[in-house]
Amino acid sequence: MSQPIVPQKTYLFVFLCLISLTILTTGVAFIDLGPFNTVVALAIAFSKMLLVVLFFMGVRHSSGLVRITLVAGFFWLALLIAFTMSDYRTRSWTPAPDAWSSTAPPTHP
Amino acid sequence: MRTRLGRPLVTDAEAHAHDTGLAHQFEDLEQQQEADALGIWLFLVTEIMFFGGLFAAYAIYRWLYFGAFQGGSHILDIRLGAANTIVLLGSSLTMALSVRSAQTGNRRATVVFLLATMILGGIFLGVKAYEYNQKFVEHVVPSLDWAPEGETLARLAPGGLEHAEIYFFFYFAMTGLHALHMIIGMGLLLWLVLRARKGSFTPHYFAPVEVVGLYWHFVDIVWIFLFPLLYLIGGRY
Repeated sequence: MSQPIVPQKTYLFVFLCLISLTILTTGVAFIDLGPFNTVVALAIAFSKMLLVVLFFMGVRHSSGLVRITLVAGFFWLALLIAFTMSDYRTRSWTPAPDAWSSTAPPTHP
Repeated sequence: MRTRLGRPLVTDAEAHAHDTGLAHQFEDLEQQQEADALGIWLFLVTEIMFFGGLFAAYAIYRWLYFGAFQGGSHILDIRLGAANTIVLLGSSLTMALSVRSAQTGNRRATVVFLLATMILGGIFLGVKAYEYNQKFVEHVVPSLDWAPEGETLARLAPGGLEHAEIYFFFYFAMTGLHALHMIIGMGLLLWLVLRARKGSFTPHYFAPVEVVGLYWHFVDIVWIFLFPLLYLIGGRY
């Protein structure tokens, strides 16, 4: 909002970058990088998102208030995924105590 | 604005300001535009969390049943997915150009770019409908038509059929929610076309075009992540 008028060339250039990255990410899927296939795919998706957010959505000209709102949204999304994943990935680290098992006899007299 | 008896409720200056699209509750256009921007961004943040729940659940199940997700991913047509990504990125370009045209007061270009955005959005949804139909042909629709056979079965079996079904639940839930957002976006675009044709937008007032544009770009970003997460799991080498 209340942004300067961006030249059409800029939008076209960003679009060409987005197309190139799409072709790149599709091409990389046919090369065996092991676990890095996922890393590369997500890194490219993140770059594409940044291009759209900064240029098409004009955040590079946005006010600080809008930027911090956006960053807060992604911060909360990161919390959601990080805490949920850390729960699931660590559940098996400590087995449930025997006393919790229905088959175990009560230990107290 | 003073309301003392004998004074007009709206002064000439304020009446003139209304012509430029300034609503009464704002000091000036800049403050109004800031409020418009903050409003749509707050909405988009709730949308991030809305889709975020699905992305978090996806992350867990993909980690638990990676083999099944890889098998399910390889059933999808990577060419259609990539082509549709490019179509949607193209619609984001025309949307950005439409906002720019509204900004410069070019009514005709605004309408043309809005219509181009709608056409590209329509192509995306058409390809998506074809892909959904393919899932019924291959019997990989969870619950409704889940009976993979032949080559499809051979691809899905190693990861566990019931786990592959979970993958397709995610596929339909995530692309379905995305498609629903696209359909709503198409309706909003049609509304903009009608308003732009009437000349409702001026270089001072084009907030609706800008706000719908931000929504449309957001939906594009969701797809930017859905494409690698659903179509490009584990590689096709």
